[in-house]
Amino acid sequence: MIKFRIAWLQIATGIAAVILSFIVTSILVLAAGANPLEVFYHVVISPFTSRVNILEILARMTPLIFTGLAVVVAFKTGFWNIGAEGQLYAGALAATWGGITFSNLPALTLIPLVITLGFAAGALWALIAALLKIRFKVDEVVTTLLLNYVMILVVGAILNGPWRDPVSMWPQSPRIATQACYPIIVSRSRVHLGLLVALAIVPIVHFLFRRTTFGFEMRTVGANISAARYAAMNVNRAILLAAAISGGIAGLAGVGEILGVHHQLIETISGGLGYTGIVAGTLGGLNPWGTLSATVFLSTIETGARISARVTGIPTHLADVIKGTLLITTLAALFINRYQIGRKLWKQHY
Amino acid sequence: METALLIGLIAATLRIATPLILGGLGETLIEKSGILNLGIEGIMLLGAFSAFLATYFMGDPWFGVLAAILVGAILGLLMGGLTVSLGLQQHVCGLGVTILASGLALFTFRLFFGEPQIPPQIKTLGYKQIAATLPLIGTITKQSPLTYLTFLLAPLMHIVVFQTPFGLRLRAVGELPEAAENAGISVHKTRYEALLIGGALVALGGAFLSVAQLGAFTYGIVAGRGWICIALVVFGNWKPMKILLGALLYAGVEALQLRLQTLGFGIPYQVFLALPYIITIAALVVAQTKAAYPGAFLQPFRKGGTTG
Repeated sequence: MIKFRIAWLQIATGIAAVILSFIVTSILVLAAGANPLEVFYHVVISPFTSRVNILEILARMTPLIFTGLAVVVAFKTGFWNIGAEGQLYAGALAATWGGITFSNLPALTLIPLVITLGFAAGALWALIAALLKIRFKVDEVVTTLLLNYVMILVVGAILNGPWRDPVSMWPQSPRIATQACYPIIVSRSRVHLGLLVALAIVPIVHFLFRRTTFGFEMRTVGANISAARYAAMNVNRAILLAAAISGGIAGLAGVGEILGVHHQLIETISGGLGYTGIVAGTLGGLNPWGTLSATVFLSTIETGARISARVTGIPTHLADVIKGTLLITTLAALFINRYQIGRKLWKQHY
Repeated sequence: METALLIGLIAATLRIATPLILGGLGETLIEKSGILNLGIEGIMLLGAFSAFLATYFMGDPWFGVLAAILVGAILGLLMGGLTVSLGLQQHVCGLGVTILASGLALFTFRLFFGEPQIPPQIKTLGYKQIAATLPLIGTITKQSPLTYLTFLLAPLMHIVVFQTPFGLRLRAVGELPEAAENAGISVHKTRYEALLIGGALVALGGAFLSVAQLGAFTYGIVAGRGWICIALVVFGNWKPMKILLGALLYAGVEALQLRLQTLGFGIPYQVFLALPYIITIAALVVAQTKAAYPGAFLQPFRKGGTTG
């Protein structure tokens, strides 16, 4: 019964966070001279009113599930990986290379190969920061952030150098082999096989943290690093493992964007998916299933912000404002839950 | 000809270093009190935007400077509400402030100006010059008044942090908050003060980009300078004068990189753009061996000793 109450309160504070952030953003909408109720109808409800928009949510969710889970794995271990953006680019770069180079392989060997390459590239890029942290005690927040810029520039250099389209001179890579592309799984949509890959990773991450020794060690290192050391756990191994898995999953986001959406590498492949992953992971309470739900919500408001921009003329950046406000109010809501302020209020009331 | 190149390089270094010094000094103040402010990138962007907006409508760039300071202070207080009063996780709170502040800047820009082909221009702060008639010094010292102020601010900040009662309180709160509280210093109040002033300085760094350097606002105007400031603070070991030096070194590499880009060598320009970031990471590895983080860094403080 008590357990039920706590779960109920968690949901209630979550909803309170959503409502609070809508109140804050409605001030902006009012200042912009639009009706907040109308705008929020377009942002939250109308994406679910048509097939096209629901499929759009699914398409937008796909990379976000990967980057969100990447953040969950890293943050749960106390490895502050702010570099999902760069690791995504690393994965996309490796996937494109594989898709171009091994074009004579059949789909059944090529796609797993390209996925492995993308995972490995993302993992390696994250491991740089993890190694610098372990070996030289360099704060991973700074290194992962800076490495984002480095990887984006690496991609830019390759696209403007060896891979530049000789005919159009556009900074875009050659197209990957046709059989390397993820098949579209819903007709007349952008929803591709990557969504299923993403959905498969959710229970894997859950299993990793709940049912394996490595996962237990990673959780312990994240919760209390001195306790982990005292229990003779290999803290460095846990951090390296978390960085590799986190970076690898972020790399898969890049693989999905290449194999499922663009079929070639372009400079603007992400546009902040790595950072939105942090919002998704936090909104989901660093729980894989919670993060999955958060990606549904975030993709809904992004789809909705576009609809709203078309109808009411409110800039699509409203979605960013909602995201930021929601992140802050959710943190405050988690605080209330942690100190069970809500439960005390509940007890006083009944 | 070669002296002219060198003079240009020095002048560019001083200009590029200015926003980094402002952001670095602001962040130092905040981190000295024990708080990591990852909101810096967003505060810089909203600072740049509010300075641009105020200048656009009021006509005087100094109004823009004032607006940025005000907005930075408010965002500092927001960060304080989350990390000081509520004691929430500082990494994620900072990123939340960055996402929110960037979103606000881009949303409001789009609302007022739509998607213009040519970004709307504003009046800049112009230049001050010492000994304009001398060929070398004249060119080097042709700088924005904000640059002059910034280079005076670094030694001032050194004195404030290490030789004033406020600085003592600040350091006490960042190193041993329990002891500070026992000595009658309010940990929360001191951290709020640091965030207020630090936030204002960071936003001023952003304002430099719009009202002194560019005379306009673009989405990518800050382009990761906030994160560079975070790195500079570690590199400078939380010492204002060392941060000044670090910013000058970074700006020197950046200025050189810009010159190399124009020379070409047939290498994609992104290679040169990546240089400052890679050198920063390498410098961090070197500096880290003697980095002395504030003792209570990242630790929220609650009266009665329950930290959590």
